[in-house]
Amino acid sequence: MPAMEIDAQGMHYTPLNQMIRRAVSEGADEIILRNIMGQRFIGDGLMGTVCITVEGVPGGDLGMLMQGPTIIVHGNADHAPGNTMDDGLIVIHGSSGDATAHSMRGGRVYVRDDIGYRGGIHMKQYLDKRPVLIIGGDAHAFLGEYMAGGLIIMLRLGTEDLTPFAEMGIASGIHGGEIFIRGGIEDWALGFGSVCSPADPPQMETIRPYILDFCRHFGLEAGPVLSSPFTRIAPVSTRPFADKYTWE
Amino acid sequence: MIIGSRPLKYQVTVDHDHCMLCGRCVENCSYSVYRMEDHRIRINSRNCVACHRCISQCPRDAITITSRPCDYRPHPVWTDEIRESIFKQAESGKILLGGMGNNMDYPIIFDRIVLDACQVTNPSIDPLREPMELRTFIGKKPKRLDLHYRPGHDVEMRTSLVKNLQLETPIMIGHMSYGAISLNSHLAMARAASECGTFMGTGEGGLYEALYPYQDHMIVQVASGRFGVDVNYLDRGAAIEIKIGQGAKPGIGGHLPGEKVCANVSCTRMIPEGSDAISPAPHHDIYSIEDLKQLVRSLKEATEWKKPVFVKIAAVHNVAAIAAGIARSGADAVVIDGFRGGTGAAPSVFRNHVGIPIEAAIAAVDIKLRQQGIRNEVSIIASGGIRQSADVAKVICLGADAVYIGTAALVAMGCRVCGTCYRGLCTWGIATQRPDLVARLNPDEASRNVGNLIQAWTLELAELMGAAGINSIESLRGNRDRLRGYMLDQEMLKVLDIKPVGA
Repeated sequence: MPAMEIDAQGMHYTPLNQMIRRAVSEGADEIILRNIMGQRFIGDGLMGTVCITVEGVPGGDLGMLMQGPTIIVHGNADHAPGNTMDDGLIVIHGSSGDATAHSMRGGRVYVRDDIGYRGGIHMKQYLDKRPVLIIGGDAHAFLGEYMAGGLIIMLRLGTEDLTPFAEMGIASGIHGGEIFIRGGIEDWALGFGSVCSPADPPQMETIRPYILDFCRHFGLEAGPVLSSPFTRIAPVSTRPFADKYTWE
Repeated sequence: MIIGSRPLKYQVTVDHDHCMLCGRCVENCSYSVYRMEDHRIRINSRNCVACHRCISQCPRDAITITSRPCDYRPHPVWTDEIRESIFKQAESGKILLGGMGNNMDYPIIFDRIVLDACQVTNPSIDPLREPMELRTFIGKKPKRLDLHYRPGHDVEMRTSLVKNLQLETPIMIGHMSYGAISLNSHLAMARAASECGTFMGTGEGGLYEALYPYQDHMIVQVASGRFGVDVNYLDRGAAIEIKIGQGAKPGIGGHLPGEKVCANVSCTRMIPEGSDAISPAPHHDIYSIEDLKQLVRSLKEATEWKKPVFVKIAAVHNVAAIAAGIARSGADAVVIDGFRGGTGAAPSVFRNHVGIPIEAAIAAVDIKLRQQGIRNEVSIIASGGIRQSADVAKVICLGADAVYIGTAALVAMGCRVCGTCYRGLCTWGIATQRPDLVARLNPDEASRNVGNLIQAWTLELAELMGAAGINSIESLRGNRDRLRGYMLDQEMLKVLDIKPVGA
């Protein structure tokens, strides 16, 4: 089946999503959305294995609750792409806004450049479902806050001399999952309940396939990235608040 | 050991003349109060929480439980609770947690409002003889109907109606998660809700497979932890509720302790076994009314605009303005949870001191929405501290469309409001995940009890309406003329917009 094209110029998100759903139910395996300009909820709750290419800038909650499809964005994305996503892949050739991959439960979100505040907040994992967020550039504060599972990798490719990462509240309240940041981080940047250490070779081995995959998507050279030192951030405990309370 | 032992909270005594040594108390107490030694029941009163399971099972009425047999020196300011809280915090340096709702002695506004009845003129209606309309529709209503009259008395309605939930009684069961309470209690309440033609909330614990048969009568919750939320879950619910806040702990999130996250709970919540289930205080994609609108719409978009979306907030000072914002967010109903709302566990300082009573909150929200001409945009659901059918009637008169009950439904299943839900040892099989305790709650019997309660309240509601000369719940809603305030001050009467008795 040839790729289906939709010109979304001036179109509201509801009819747009209806067209996408109809195309998927009719068996489309590739959809190209042209002239996307801020339409929210693209692919919201969509299931299947369709590959959607977005030309333009999608609005908030791209691929929210999505279960399986691939979305490739040629442009930036607004806030919360991959919100509560279940499975699938979102590749953003640009930057994305706040709460990227918020509460994500499975699948992968790759952002070539930077993300906003609260990236990967409250990501969680269960059995074989392990969400992955990879950021090519930098993130703002509260990266991985309340993280309950999954994997965040931040490559900081735009930072030439790799000064320590200096955004507050990294992984505060984390009680599952792990975060890898290329280079070091400022001590004060680490949030409550998290602990950091240099990533050791076996740990680096576990994230290597993800980095290779990320680089392949964006045509980047993986060698220099993989040979850089990484910092790993993990929870102190799966029960960060167990010690905060006493019973009446 | 500077502070030392405190006086016993409860003294348990067994009348050994009556006791037949059947051992049921030993078997039933999960708090280890009883043991059998040398052909005698031995007691450790310090472990007692006054859940009364032993009393309910004793065939000889041989057990007596007394509160505070030896109390502190009485003092109106330094009460025993205050003193004990200080002891606990002096020893631990921690935040105090408590189970069940607000236990402070605030005056209950419901008990200072009386209902009306007909005498002589406008005779009362006998519900046995006349049909009483209690059916309630929850959701958006059109502002006006666009009717076109065709020749031959044929009328065409051109207004498109939004899907509403159809309730056969304005009493629903509120959100208590699977995890906080057991599967058997969920099953019992879901069955009762289905049979009564009403609805029950899932809470933020996902939807266990055994509940799928009742999904058409379940409202699925999306809270800040997003536990158990996926497309399958949203599609199964009859409606979706976004939980912003809870009356028992406004402004803070929730922590289900790892001990309660057993294999099944971990499966519906989609988190590893034994891990804390932490719901942060805010939804991290909602920092404004505009963001809320986005979440409402994203859930509608994910379910192809087929499901009503509710938004639940705790009753706080500016509840009316907040509800007006929610009404404009595209939500179909706003749930207001008053400061007497129950909980499995909440910091006592929040439970007892934050938020406002449901009576004032509902009245304020109803007035504000009417003033702004958007009352039709959302239904109002009152929750938190609804104890009896009179409360239902009164809160509907103050402007609610329907109510959620929580604690009352648990009490219908045996709960004695001992307030120890957080221990996970509930002897009634309600607030526990321990298989042997859960097995004590028979879902068939329990669903009958909950169904009976809803039916009894519905009958009483119909009687109250009939006595007031009203035959439809629509005419009761916001009907403040049917209420009078008794011993309420002028300012309170103004907030509630009701007259005092005699006026």
